[in-house]
Amino acid sequence: MRTPDDTILRTVTKISVFIIFTFAINLFFSGHHQPGGGFIGGLTFSAALVLMYLSFDIETVRKYLPIDFKVLAAIGVFIAVSTGIAGILFGKPFLTQAFGYVELPVFGDTELASAVLFDVGVALAVIGTAVTIITSISEDR
Amino acid sequence: MNNLTVLPIILPLIAGLIMVIFRKRIHFQRILSIGTVAAVGGTALYLLEQIEKEGVQVLQIGDWPAPFGISLVADSFSSLLVLTTSIVSLAVLLYSFHSIGEGREKHYYYPLFMFLLTGVNGSFLTGDIFNLFVHFEVMLVSSYVLLSLGGEKLQLRESLKYILVNVVSSSLFLVGIAYLYRMVGTLNMAHLSVRVQEAGMDGLMLTVAFALLIVFALKAALFLFIWLPGSYSAAPTAIAALFAALLTKVGIYAIMRTFSLIFYGEPQITHLVIGIMAALTMLLGAFGAVAYWDIKKILVYNVIVGVGLILAGFASFTEAGMTGSIYYLIHDMIVKALIFLIGGTVVYLTGTSKIREISGLIRLHPQLGWMFFIAALSLAGIPPLSGFVGKLFITEGTFSSGYYWLGGIGLFTSLMVLYSVLKIFMNCFWGYTELTEEEEKGTTKGLLLPIGILTGLTIALGLGAEGIYSYVEMAARGMLNPDIYIHAVLGNDVLP
Repeated sequence: MRTPDDTILRTVTKISVFIIFTFAINLFFSGHHQPGGGFIGGLTFSAALVLMYLSFDIETVRKYLPIDFKVLAAIGVFIAVSTGIAGILFGKPFLTQAFGYVELPVFGDTELASAVLFDVGVALAVIGTAVTIITSISEDR
Repeated sequence: MNNLTVLPIILPLIAGLIMVIFRKRIHFQRILSIGTVAAVGGTALYLLEQIEKEGVQVLQIGDWPAPFGISLVADSFSSLLVLTTSIVSLAVLLYSFHSIGEGREKHYYYPLFMFLLTGVNGSFLTGDIFNLFVHFEVMLVSSYVLLSLGGEKLQLRESLKYILVNVVSSSLFLVGIAYLYRMVGTLNMAHLSVRVQEAGMDGLMLTVAFALLIVFALKAALFLFIWLPGSYSAAPTAIAALFAALLTKVGIYAIMRTFSLIFYGEPQITHLVIGIMAALTMLLGAFGAVAYWDIKKILVYNVIVGVGLILAGFASFTEAGMTGSIYYLIHDMIVKALIFLIGGTVVYLTGTSKIREISGLIRLHPQLGWMFFIAALSLAGIPPLSGFVGKLFITEGTFSSGYYWLGGIGLFTSLMVLYSVLKIFMNCFWGYTELTEEEEKGTTKGLLLPIGILTGLTIALGLGAEGIYSYVEMAARGMLNPDIYIHAVLGNDVLP
């Protein structure tokens, strides 16, 4: 089998993956008030993972990133549902969200919202699902 | 506000997620699934009690007021269905412990079962038509996987057809919702009811109503049942029983809900069409059931007859007809699961589904034979079994609203149903015993318990029909007076 020389691709990937990760996290946090959020942040994050799968091979990435993405998706949905259940525990309807302003040492006056936790769940579910779909398509012969 | 209404949706969801995380622990998954289903059943019972005392229970998710957020509405109709769903799925779960096989169990059988229940219960409880679409999809996606799980050639061929039909109908569903939203500007079903009555059932509204009717008819196998016989007979017994008991019923529920709450303005058009479709469904289904000499095919066509009969009662749009439909819906869920489980057991024991090649099973399996006999009589509506009450009310309803032909077809097809199932009974259980115990392909060990539970239920539901009458009557009255539902969701100051 022909082994193509993909040094350029790999070098670019090593750098750009971190840029994409940073951008994904930025998208995720800006989602609370501006366009963005858990879904699109998670998709961007999984784009970086897919780029890694493409430029290296699946086995290598699995060796350094031993995560079962199906389980990750389940954990994501679990976190999202749990934040909904927190509402029930406080005697409010399911999925009621709360927020407040807290004085933090570095960031100053910061808005903390329980909706962010919900979004973490969404992001994990999206990453898990997207990567599972793509790896299972690539494994198909 | 009542947070209990969300439990039947999130309990199976959470259980399914935990099972995905602990994928290899099959024993743990079995216990968790039984526990979850029992908990959901308990919640539904408690909800029924609350509804009787305090009226329809509503939860505005996320504390967003009614027409803007998503409402979950538990009235006695939906709670009864959630309760029946839990009982049926408990029996099917018990049956699958001994029959579904380790391969399927390790490949997410129990999580998918739980996700299917999430979708089914969600469809019953939601008060928002887009949310109904979402729960339909949750249910359907799980059913796609359950149907193709195992990857046999026949299964893959049939699930491909099943997926294609459902994808087309789902997109039509979405189009229908979009049209509805464009015309009246809301998705909350109570609010839709108010606004559709204001706008009136003109030509455009009727078109949308019929688009949604086609969608639900495809899912409920009302007249548009071409996809059903193939796909249901390809699945393994436990899964086929689950599908026969639950999936078409969700479509029926959607028809009954939308055409009693939203599109009830022109019953002489919409309900007549439902009645004609129901009559054709009963006739064609009964012809199929009589014509085939294959257990699986006969039972599958019986599912179709049942769908027609339930909607015949609904089409009459009288209190007796509605009561009959709800009784028969509950009965049908139980007895279809029962007869599919027994039929599947017969196929499992003999290794063939052709009834001419089977005979004399009653010598070695007397319990199985007599339970099949009870199920067959119940299916045909012989008193005192559970099918009788529903059929009586449905016939009364159709006759009192002047649809004599509909009631007549209902009675006529009941005879054909009786013939078709007794054909199985006489051929498979009577006659010379051909197989000795050693020659049989499997044992009934562990399989008789769930069958026994369901048989007991169909007898109890027939003898104790009086016991649930107050709930059924409340559900029927709720369907005939949409105001009860609307006021529960929107409060007294109904928005224009």
